[in-house]
Amino acid sequence: MLFAIVSLGGIGAIGALFLYAASKKFEVYEDPRIADVQVVLPGVNCGGCGFPGCSAFGAACVNADTLDGLFCPVGGVKVMDQVASILGKEAGSAELTIAVVRCNGTCQARPRTNRYDGAKNCAVAAFLYGGETGCAYGCFGFGDCVNVCSFDAIHINPETNLPEVSEEKCTACGACTKACPKILIELRKKGPKGRRVYVSCMNKDKGGVARKACSNACIGCGKCVKECPFEAITLESNLAYIDPVKCRLCRKCVGVCPTGAIHEVNFPPKKEKPVVEVTEEINSN
Amino acid sequence: MLRTFRIGGIHPPENKLSAGKKITPLTLPKQVIIPLNQHIGAPAVPVVKKGDLVKTGTLLAKAGGFVSANIHSSVSGKVNKIDNALDASSFKRPAVYIDVEGDEWEDAIDRSEDYIKDCALSDKEIIARISEAGIVGLGGATFPIQVKLTPPPGNKAEILIINAVECEPYLTSDHSLMMEKGGQILTGVVLLMKAICVSRAVIGIENNKKDAISHFRQLAKQYQGIEIMPLKVQYPQGGEKQLIDAVIRRQVKSGALPISVGAVVQNVGTAYAVYEAVQKNKPLIERVVTVTGKAVSSPSNFLARIGTPISHLIEAAGGLPENTGKIIGGGPMMGKALISEEVPVTKGSSGVLILTKAESVRKPMYPCIRCGKCVNVCPMGLNPTFLMSLTELGDWPVAENNNIVDCIECGSCSYTCPSNRTLLDFIRLGKGKVIGIQRARKS
Repeated sequence: MLFAIVSLGGIGAIGALFLYAASKKFEVYEDPRIADVQVVLPGVNCGGCGFPGCSAFGAACVNADTLDGLFCPVGGVKVMDQVASILGKEAGSAELTIAVVRCNGTCQARPRTNRYDGAKNCAVAAFLYGGETGCAYGCFGFGDCVNVCSFDAIHINPETNLPEVSEEKCTACGACTKACPKILIELRKKGPKGRRVYVSCMNKDKGGVARKACSNACIGCGKCVKECPFEAITLESNLAYIDPVKCRLCRKCVGVCPTGAIHEVNFPPKKEKPVVEVTEEINSN
Repeated sequence: MLRTFRIGGIHPPENKLSAGKKITPLTLPKQVIIPLNQHIGAPAVPVVKKGDLVKTGTLLAKAGGFVSANIHSSVSGKVNKIDNALDASSFKRPAVYIDVEGDEWEDAIDRSEDYIKDCALSDKEIIARISEAGIVGLGGATFPIQVKLTPPPGNKAEILIINAVECEPYLTSDHSLMMEKGGQILTGVVLLMKAICVSRAVIGIENNKKDAISHFRQLAKQYQGIEIMPLKVQYPQGGEKQLIDAVIRRQVKSGALPISVGAVVQNVGTAYAVYEAVQKNKPLIERVVTVTGKAVSSPSNFLARIGTPISHLIEAAGGLPENTGKIIGGGPMMGKALISEEVPVTKGSSGVLILTKAESVRKPMYPCIRCGKCVNVCPMGLNPTFLMSLTELGDWPVAENNNIVDCIECGSCSYTCPSNRTLLDFIRLGKGKVIGIQRARKS
């Protein structure tokens, strides 16, 4: 009995000494603040910050001199303030962004010309052909973006067969932008009070061809380019693009767009002459 | 015991409805649309402009690189415009639109029916004429054949294999050509042998074309070094690597070209086009197209000019049946559903298959039951179910290690799967991604 206690205790003590020595000898120093920072980070490892997971982002925050350019899109300003207080640094100013779907080819606007029968997967379909409608640039609606979203923030609307992004849930991690084979989803400045103006179309065909395929398409007429007082709109290969940095949200372009390809989001409803606008839209359709 | 390739393969119902039908020259359409990219490689560069008058056989576009092919006018008339046209995959690609006026041919083309057997040209001259005529592999891959006929330095061709297998169900364009133009095809084979300096050629014909086998055996007696080899009916025997394995029992390594085992493979249709180019000075402006399907009132083999809209062919075969579900360009195994009937016939169109609604429906997909049938039938010895999962996961390095780029897209795996899994759809996507990664790595 005594022998057993002594011998086992001895082995244990030798083992403990060995492990202690090894841990001292091979110790890798890690800044304890990294662990502190990691606790406040969301821990979803989405990669939206540009680093491989939250721990890498935490390490980057600790090692960086300033927090400029480092931003966790999931946690937002709140989390970044916490990180800043832990590290005793100034929180960098980062613009909030959100995923924006640049296709408005609803079922009514974009008549079907054929029926796809293969695997229900956007990437597979895009590899085979242009799509079920006359527009070879538009959304397939099979939901590759929905499948990759870790935040349940993007869903296909069964009525329009287009993806819709939830303002509250989207963290701008960018997974959907990479998943879309047609590169329809863009991370855009969220804008003050979530207000933003963008061209909801990616069709680069000539005006007539684009219009025939989809009544909501950008036809590259250039009216918005002329109208814009801030030179924020550029027209390239029959497609307008609104620079989110230059855009001052005056919404003049929205009014002149003949097809309604330019969208405004989260603006309060206009008080004057809403009736006129509605009838105009019906006529143009 | 007849030979066939040694790994995998299937035998779908043959359904050769148009077998034995004579080749009928098709009437000219009002307008032809000739795409500038009917081949693998760089698109051809147009040399005509809007308003130009062209004759049948006039050069429309010059090859845009080494791997590219000339394109000639298939009709006489006026160039309406050079504009984007819808291709079979609903993408817009540049094409030459020609309004047909009469049928006046270039003077240099010998239009007589005379059969010219002898040729005094050297190998270089033959290849020059072939390349001038814009001939591409007519089996479906549309690879410019002057590239195949000039092997990279260090490789020497030992044998010419002629692909007269036509393993796709339904299609009979090669079969009908063999029955009607046997002598011309064999002369074409002799010319090809001369071009690559080999003394032996084997014509592989599947055993379901017994009339063609006996016809060719009779004809081949007049030529030296041409052997006819009947092969067991097995899909995809028309695949280049499969045919080489079946005929000379050599296996082409992963990523290697057939020339690495000393073989050059050409289609019978190509051999005929070579005959016409070299002996008759006629560029590749028309080809035999099978129009078939169970609901089609008269399945036929047409000699159609390149650029003829598919709708024109369907009209000639008795019109579009009412219960049409899909129109497929090519055969049922490797063909692609067309998005519109206005798509033109190109150099690679071997057939138009019209499926009824009942035939064209895909069955619901179930989970993989690990039966391994797809692994058994894969003629390249791949593991299709694994490759599909890898593509779904996006694990490209592992997919590359499992030789996803070796897939020949024959569709045997999807055909045989009892769970109706969309194996090929995903493997094709994965193959494309991995090839993209490999190219990026190289450059």
